[in-house]
Amino acid sequence: MSELPAYRFAVNVTPKPGILDPQGRAVEKSLPHLGIAGVSDVRVGRRVELTVRAADATAARGVVDKLASELLSNPLMELFDVEALG
Amino acid sequence: MTARVGIVLFPGSNRDIDALNALRVAGAEPVVLWHESVDLEGVSAILIPGGFAYGDYLRAGVIARFSPVMRAVASFAEAGGPVLGICNGFQVLAEARLVPGALLRNRGLRFVCREVALLPEHLDTPFTREVGARRPLRMPVAHGEGCYYADDATLDALERDGGVLWRYANPDGSVAGPDDPGNPNGSLCGIAGVRNAAGNVAGLMPHPETAVEAILGSDDGLGIIRSLVVSAAEYAATGAVSGTSTRTLAGGAA
Repeated sequence: MSELPAYRFAVNVTPKPGILDPQGRAVEKSLPHLGIAGVSDVRVGRRVELTVRAADATAARGVVDKLASELLSNPLMELFDVEALG
Repeated sequence: MTARVGIVLFPGSNRDIDALNALRVAGAEPVVLWHESVDLEGVSAILIPGGFAYGDYLRAGVIARFSPVMRAVASFAEAGGPVLGICNGFQVLAEARLVPGALLRNRGLRFVCREVALLPEHLDTPFTREVGARRPLRMPVAHGEGCYYADDATLDALERDGGVLWRYANPDGSVAGPDDPGNPNGSLCGIAGVRNAAGNVAGLMPHPETAVEAILGSDDGLGIIRSLVVSAAEYAATGAVSGTSTRTLAGGAA
């Protein structure tokens, strides 16, 4: 398998709109202490970077989509997007 | 015959000994099931105890979902066997989609470890049949991600079908809404525990297994553990558990 080309991706997982995000709220509430104004709608998620070896970019992307939807995110409460890092 | 009840042990489980004790107090024979095994050793009910399975990495319960033992537990549940998940065990069942909804980070952001009052909603289920009366039950919670969440359609279905088994109660006995003092984590509709549509799989965040003897400060949790044990005995004897509809659902989608 090591002969297959390698593709690097990032998966960004964020809480769905409307889902209470207490971490984001805590960050937002801390901003006035820094003297920062005008920032709102802070949402805290996570980013997972990974390398996939597959026949081509489409196949690699398919693997990432599957693991992002089944493992890296919980579709009940989170959204994800996939970034190709090259 | 003594009912044999399996306790699923993941790396990071930490309430397994409490579960073992509770099952013994309730008259069952506990059988510890290792996470890498798919052999359920002939048990007739399963208890998934609390802790931090696989370090709670990524999301609480999600890595455990893909363990070999959970494949066996899913098959056992689909066949109608009674399964109860407590705290982290509830999170594992939710991630495995064996019970509806998800457990979000506590609304107050903190890990909450204190006693709560729990109102049992129905007294004829495999998990509440031995509770006796609809009165507030005192037992501890200890979790950082226990805020029950489900979308509106799921909540409606839960309420309509009697899927909510336990709710947090305020000191005056009323149901504790998300911002009420009796609600430790912001759970919607005060939901502390739910069951699946078939009725044979349930999860709750509080710890009935650590409230089974007066010396522990409360024995209000014993009725829940005894319910599981009675259901285990019934399942062993008859291949079904009263108060469930899994027979009609057997063979359905996992």
